[in-house]
Amino acid sequence: MRNFNALNLAREALRGHKGWGQQWRNPEPKKQYDIIIVGAGGHGLGTAYYLAKEHGLKNIAVLEKGWLGGGNTGRNTTIIRSNYLYDESAGLYDHAVKLWEGLTHELNYNVMFSQRGVMMLAHSVSDVQLAQRHIHANRLNGVDNEWLTPQQAKDFCPPINISKDSRYPVLGAALQRRGGVARHDAVAWGYARQASAMGVDIIQNCEVTGINRAPSGEVTGVETTKGTIGAKQVGVVAAGHTSVLMEMAGIQMPLESFPLQALVSEPVKPVFPCVVMSNAVHAYISQSDKGELVIGGGTDSYVSYSQTGSMHMLQETLDSIIELYPMFNRMKMLRTWGGVVDVTPDRSPIIGMTPVKGLYVNCGWGTGGFKATPGSANVFAHTIAKDEPHKINAGFTLDRFRNGRLIDEAAAAAVAH
Amino acid sequence: MLLINCPYCEDDRPELEFANAGEAHIHRPKDMADMSDEAFEAMFFIRDNPKGVILERWRHAHGCGRFFNAVRHTVSDKFLKTYMAGEPRPSDDEITELMK
Ligand SMILES: Cc1cc2nc3c(=O)[nH]c(=O)nc-3n(C[C@H](O)[C@H](O)[C@H](O)COP(=O)(O)OP(=O)(O)OC[C@H]3O[C@@H](n4cnc5c(N)ncnc54)[C@H](O)[C@@H]3O)c2cc1C
Ligand SMILES: [Zn+2]
Repeated sequence: MRNFNALNLAREALRGHKGWGQQWRNPEPKKQYDIIIVGAGGHGLGTAYYLAKEHGLKNIAVLEKGWLGGGNTGRNTTIIRSNYLYDESAGLYDHAVKLWEGLTHELNYNVMFSQRGVMMLAHSVSDVQLAQRHIHANRLNGVDNEWLTPQQAKDFCPPINISKDSRYPVLGAALQRRGGVARHDAVAWGYARQASAMGVDIIQNCEVTGINRAPSGEVTGVETTKGTIGAKQVGVVAAGHTSVLMEMAGIQMPLESFPLQALVSEPVKPVFPCVVMSNAVHAYISQSDKGELVIGGGTDSYVSYSQTGSMHMLQETLDSIIELYPMFNRMKMLRTWGGVVDVTPDRSPIIGMTPVKGLYVNCGWGTGGFKATPGSANVFAHTIAKDEPHKINAGFTLDRFRNGRLIDEAAAAAVAH
Repeated sequence: MLLINCPYCEDDRPELEFANAGEAHIHRPKDMADMSDEAFEAMFFIRDNPKGVILERWRHAHGCGRFFNAVRHTVSDKFLKTYMAGEPRPSDDEITELMK
């Protein structure tokens, strides 16, 4: 792997950029690994990276049924923030934001993390109370989040319509200045490149079709479309397909998989300086560095693996967008797409151990796990390496639905991203 | 937009008229306080999430207002059958037949 730096860049510029080489190896699977990670999204690739980097483990494979980064990692709208209500969530998501702040340097790969601020609008008295409650809770946890009046919100983001007689009046907003966006593909590619350089085998077009176990119960490896591969430890990081994979080990998950869509407009000059979310009307928006408005909304209401989603969901989202930002009402939309998101009953992720020895799971990120990518990968690697959770993910257990210790961000925020 | 057949109205109506109401055939015991933690978790939190045929409840919210059940494939989203609330769960053989 060649490092990206000024000297190499100058050298390559002189010879037509022919010397960079491949960013990661494309190996055939070995018969046996110490650790197999199922799913080469950001969370899975990051897990392999931290296992190799921080725990010195090298005999690792990441198995991916499609291409790396082709799941929700490559389909999301890249909103990053950490102003969640509960202590556990603040700890986890802020751990991630702190890692984001150094990730470009750490990976020697520009993930284009842009802390342009994430603003969440309040449209009703209960929205205002909820936002204030979050702000106070966040400040107690050392997470930045501040209250803006409607005029301050408009100063921060001029396209917002704050007139009193608008359909969704803006009564104020909560702003996390450290929040922002990053380049999703670069996160997957950056982790893949470094993990591969440290010896991790990333095997694409390799679908896991079974999880093998010894008579005594512990994991012995996986069945795949490229044959049987042995492993002492298996980490499932498969987002919307987690239920399908865990079923292979006889575990029924508290998850439902829903379609979630996003869309981008034609590219225009810079008009939108930050990220704005509006949970009450299910619409959020930012502008990419290419100039496209990046827009998203809520999930469909039924379980589906179609990876498409209904037309009317997009219409509802755009209805809200043009009410809030009337200047966009003639914009043409360029592309729409969907992903399959895995949602838990309390809308918090599950990162940890399972009833099967040697099997670990990282899932339930639903509509909002991109922001957590480095933090989640980091603590999941710890969980696998030490065979026990890191203190940051200690609360995000699978058995919290049995013992009742929910981390109920669902009740706290109604919607997540 | 899906077209959904309401078994009460006996008509294909657009998805917008309906509300999905989650997994079908979940039995809530009369006295939940007597349940073990395992049984409560299974009833309340664990959900069928198949990549394949799902049995689910829908409500014709903007129509007759009634709940009914459906057999749907979660990859094609195709409805294989809808049936009235209270009717028995279709057998595995019937589901295999519907998928042909
Ligand atoms: C439209 C949309 C918008 C979103 N917006 C945001 C946002 O603004 N902010 C935010 O924080 N989050 C957002 N999210 C959520 C976010 O994308 C996810 O939570 C996050 O990317 C999950 O990462 P992951 O690595 O766990 O999953 P993925 O990237 O989905 O990776 C899982 C991988 O597992 C592979 N896999 C599945 N089954 C198998 C198998 N049997 N064998 C081998 N491989 C398998 C898949 O192919 C996939 O590549 C959004 C999601 C969507 C769909
Ligand atoms: Zn009806």
